Amino acid sequence: MTETIKYTATEELAELFTQNREMYEEGCPGFMNRVRSDALEKFVKAGIPSRKNENYKYTDLRPVFQNDFSVLPRYVQQQVDLHEMFHCDVPQLNTHLVLLINGWYYGHNRKIGQLPDGVVLGSLNHVAREHPHLIEKAYNQLAGKSDDPIANLNTAMAKDGLFLYVPDNVTIDKPIQIVNLLYAKENTFAVQRNMFVLGKNSEATIVFCDHTLNNNYYILNNLSECFPEEDSRFNFYAVQNMHNGAVNNTHFFADLKARANLHTNTLTLNGGVVRNNLNIKLKGEYAHADLNGLALADEEQHIDNFIAIDHSVPNCTSNQLYKNILDEQSSGAFTGRIHVLRDAQKTEAYQRNNNVLLSETAEMNTKPQLIIDADDVRCSHGATVGRIDEDALFYLRTRGINEKEARLMIMFAFADEVLSQVNIKVLRQRLEELVNRRLRGELGPCQSCSFNRRN
Amino acid sequence: MLQIKNLHTSVEGKEILKGISIDVKPGEIHAIMGPNGSGKSTLANVLAGHEKYQVTEGEIIYEGENLLEQAPEERAKNGIFLSFQYPIEIPGVSMVNFLKTAVNEHRKHKGQEPLSASQFLKLMEEKKKVVEISSQLTNRSVNEGFSGGEKKRNEIYQMAMLEPKLAILDETDSGLDIDALRVVAKGVNALKSPENATIVVTHYQRLLEYIVPDYVHVLYDGKIVKSAGKELALELEEKGYDWIKNES
Repeated sequence: MTETIKYTATEELAELFTQNREMYEEGCPGFMNRVRSDALEKFVKAGIPSRKNENYKYTDLRPVFQNDFSVLPRYVQQQVDLHEMFHCDVPQLNTHLVLLINGWYYGHNRKIGQLPDGVVLGSLNHVAREHPHLIEKAYNQLAGKSDDPIANLNTAMAKDGLFLYVPDNVTIDKPIQIVNLLYAKENTFAVQRNMFVLGKNSEATIVFCDHTLNNNYYILNNLSECFPEEDSRFNFYAVQNMHNGAVNNTHFFADLKARANLHTNTLTLNGGVVRNNLNIKLKGEYAHADLNGLALADEEQHIDNFIAIDHSVPNCTSNQLYKNILDEQSSGAFTGRIHVLRDAQKTEAYQRNNNVLLSETAEMNTKPQLIIDADDVRCSHGATVGRIDEDALFYLRTRGINEKEARLMIMFAFADEVLSQVNIKVLRQRLEELVNRRLRGELGPCQSCSFNRRN
Repeated sequence: MLQIKNLHTSVEGKEILKGISIDVKPGEIHAIMGPNGSGKSTLANVLAGHEKYQVTEGEIIYEGENLLEQAPEERAKNGIFLSFQYPIEIPGVSMVNFLKTAVNEHRKHKGQEPLSASQFLKLMEEKKKVVEISSQLTNRSVNEGFSGGEKKRNEIYQMAMLEPKLAILDETDSGLDIDALRVVAKGVNALKSPENATIVVTHYQRLLEYIVPDYVHVLYDGKIVKSAGKELALELEEKGYDWIKNES
């Protein structure tokens, strides 16, 4: 006899929100509060996605939300100094370092170094109240069009996160490193809302590092809206290293204006259920998007990268390169949807997804999808799922390299194609080191966090 | 150095080698010749330790030890080198990293300190001259995008770097034009010493004009049907393999 689980989390979350609505609205400007009802309605209507939702064919999120957890409609003061407690694996990088905690801008962030004049970097909630003109017009303009239930849940519950504004013609040389920490006394559902506004001909680099600081159950719902104006250049790197019982749900929306250049690279090192949504629209001619991802998974990790890219106007280019190395009972999914709209002539859109399965039980689902409504375009897609090349392994071994090392060399070479896309040299080297350690099984989540390593 | 005794091997249940015996002493060059499908490459791969080939009978003694108990990497570190008929392309693994790892594994095995980066680069430069290989190739991924000739040259380059005691050249001449053949042969001869030995596996006599063997063994249908001095190669060239087939 099979037991039927009744999934009630959608209703419970909706009720939780409604009951605490005052708390959710407290301290937020009208433009954030006005969109909550509509978003909640869309969330309730669609429900927490199961495999019946075509976009979640490989990731059933219902069991994930069935656990007990708390929500945080108010900022909770931390009893410890997070700067003392946390030392990220990525540093040694010369970055502007900003900490967020459970989706909130950390109240005791150290002073950020000298930023160029006019740059605004800080708490979304704070900027929304103090400088609403920077946010109001754009807020929820991208996410609001989405049918994704998790994105809508984010809009309903959003209170804080990171905000970055770079004025026209300003370049921020140093990468801005945002460490998204999860640290609470009990199981927690954290909502984080970010916004990146890149003025004309501006340039910035953000490095997101997601970490859990203890072994409680966490769900992070982390949504970013990104507005690269004409001729701007934005690099967005995400290093995901939460423990393998935690859930990471990310959304990244971007509408690119003419000649804007977006580069993303998502590196998933650890995490239980990870779902990354990228929703990119190329809306100005000669805009370019370069989307990369690498996931290394074992145990029962599940990693799903879901990409939708729209070529709306002529002469834009996009490139996707996603790779997974899956071991033990882990599973991966990749969906890459390229939609070339009717007028988008001279589009060039390429996509590649390569996967290596290291065990008999690992599983990969890959689904490229091209929808082309223009006739003068160049598009390609390719997907492979394979195993370690035994001939290459034998070749290396006949030169005296032991089997374990030879395997690592081949895996690292496979992974490094994605890392080689990272165009900041020091960051690339750090990421290569992390990947190398992860492949050697030497990197647990939050390895260098000062306490609470994975047991 | 190497004693192959009554070696039988099979692949996926099919017997390929049906009782081969060869005795190789230091300083010697042995040529294994034979028509396609006679088992030449199988022999080369069995010596290097390819797991696809099962030894069903017989033994291989290398420097007094049972070779069949050694993993491919142990054989390599003990001085066996296989120059592949079809060298494998390994995208993303740089030649430098690959060779450095291999050389230092060999050194570790001999109880030597690993080479520093500068010592290693110096060694690479030195050995490049032996096979006239260009830096353009050694700066790339292992064999990636190399032409057939470049791949073969790269095999001999690796051999020069690793200085094996027993080199097995599997059809190293195939796909080479005459100039490349000369370069490769020159490289092999330059590495020759009274202490090391070479097994040249080839279909044609051509390579043996440059690498002169002490013994020629003719392999046919998994057995050695004739063994003699270097003059046998010429005789084969003249009369063709049918002559052997008819005799056997």
